[in-house]
Amino acid sequence: MADTSFPGPLAGAAHAAPARTAVLNRFRLGNLLFLNLTRAAAVLVLVLLGGVMVALIEGAAPALREFGFGFVTSQSWNPVTEKFGALAPIYGTIVTSLIAMLIAVPVGLGIAIFLTELCPMPLRRPIGIAIELLAGIPSIIYGIWGLFVFAPFLQTTVQPFLISLFGPIPLLNAVFAGPPYGIGMLTAGLILAIMVLPFITSIARDVFSTVPPVLKEAAYGIGCTRWEVVKNVVLPFTRVGVIGGVMLGLGRALGETMAVTFVIGNAHKISASILAPGTTISATIANEFTEAVGDIYTSSLIALGLLLFVITFIVLAIARYMLLRLEMKGGK
Amino acid sequence: MSNANPFYGRRKSRSNLMMGLCMAASLFGLAWLVMILAALLWNGVSGLSLDVFTQNTPPPGSAGGLLNAIVGSLIMTALGVVIGTPIGILAGTYMAEYGAHGKLSLVVRFINDILLSAPSIVIGLFVYEVMVVRMGHFSGFAGAVALSIIVIPVVVRTTEDMLNLVPNQLREAASALGMPRHLVIRRIAYRAARAGMVTGVLLAIARVSGETAPLLFTALNNQFGGANLNGPMASLPVVIFQFALSPYKDWQQLAWTGALIITLSVLTLSILARVIASRSRQ
Repeated sequence: MADTSFPGPLAGAAHAAPARTAVLNRFRLGNLLFLNLTRAAAVLVLVLLGGVMVALIEGAAPALREFGFGFVTSQSWNPVTEKFGALAPIYGTIVTSLIAMLIAVPVGLGIAIFLTELCPMPLRRPIGIAIELLAGIPSIIYGIWGLFVFAPFLQTTVQPFLISLFGPIPLLNAVFAGPPYGIGMLTAGLILAIMVLPFITSIARDVFSTVPPVLKEAAYGIGCTRWEVVKNVVLPFTRVGVIGGVMLGLGRALGETMAVTFVIGNAHKISASILAPGTTISATIANEFTEAVGDIYTSSLIALGLLLFVITFIVLAIARYMLLRLEMKGGK
Repeated sequence: MSNANPFYGRRKSRSNLMMGLCMAASLFGLAWLVMILAALLWNGVSGLSLDVFTQNTPPPGSAGGLLNAIVGSLIMTALGVVIGTPIGILAGTYMAEYGAHGKLSLVVRFINDILLSAPSIVIGLFVYEVMVVRMGHFSGFAGAVALSIIVIPVVVRTTEDMLNLVPNQLREAASALGMPRHLVIRRIAYRAARAGMVTGVLLAIARVSGETAPLLFTALNNQFGGANLNGPMASLPVVIFQFALSPYKDWQQLAWTGALIITLSVLTLSILARVIASRSRQ
């Protein structure tokens, strides 16, 4: 019975064998080629990162050899005498990112809580999409908006108010000392806050939605209020992921270039006042790289880039590790 | 349980206060989006005219357009996407199809996620070191390569995610029919994940088209246009950067108009990507 229902392969088996082997070989070869092609592409991603590292170290070497560890502790940035130190840009980067995170973290988490707990269902998607569109706007747009719209607004309203408000209070009057320039570290920090807000929001929202509904329902069941559910169930359950999201936002804030370059004021000095102009690592590179003359100047700027890359790499690696840990917890 | 209990009342009002703050935060976040878009439209639309698309960037004090910048941006973005997409798709394919749980995939996934949010100015420095210094001059090609390095992680990420969504039964059925693995991937998995992968490429284009920092010291700028990839090339973001910081009113106006053009195209691309993604999910 079986013989008659499949006459073809059996009858032709003898002379079909070589053809069959040829086809199989072709398949095997194709498989091998494709596997290695994709693997090579995957390895290329690693090579890229390694290449960035190596190229930056190579470019930064002359400056690092010249200034040694003093590069990160010296405040002088003098193209004429060719003495370069990165302390002012590092300070500016940290201060602006700090301002950004102080504002963006609570607001971002607030929006995420609103989206996952409060928002009426039909509105969730549109608001979520709007927040993500905010993330898609290129940073140069924030820059031009910051320079022409936001900075003048701050200069005429918010900054004079801050100066007069904190003027009589010791310590704080140094932080908000003035004249109100409009541009400066506060403005840069505020714009960074607007920029990292969507990143923090969308990750926090994703992370909050991993909380098993049973847990929340149980909490509501014993009479918890909404805020108590968020504080005692949602946040503890997702703590690691939230920290990961915050670190991711921090990584963005540290490396953000164009928006900051427009409004920071590009002054290589360390001021206690956050209203004063300053500079950040990325803004210094963006502003001065094409005009840099002399090997040491160029090399110092590349060394700044290396510094920025190493810092953001560490921050982002911690962020990813945290998010990965939450993912594993969710998978269990 | 009773609402008369003052302790419960305090908890209740505390909860309402916090939830009110969350709602205020959402309004605050959306307000920025509205304000930025409003400012862009207000300042950008008044400068929109046919000249913007037909004339090159002017010297200070005279009229002109953004033609060379738009053309440069289109060329470099297109080239960057053409270089970056195949590499990204292949790497994503390896991670989803071949070594899903292998060590290599684990490391690549980690590194890729970091590259995804690495500061783009560093990419510019890297390409400057590797290409501009070696070639001896700035070039549109170096700009395109810098953009392609930004495209790759975006495409890797979406390709892997989308291939992971393809049900395994499809692959098993194809394998059972005797299809070799590379054909299963190319003919079955790619086809099933196509919409998602297109979304990834669109998002990558959206991301790249506004990038300024990596172009500053790779493609530089070029006042006179021309599509010579081997020489400095203008791009919309760099021109905006230069013109916005200039003291000339005409230049600032062109910068606003350019900003409006970029934002509209980026928003269009991201919305298009979302539409394609949601349609394929149904």
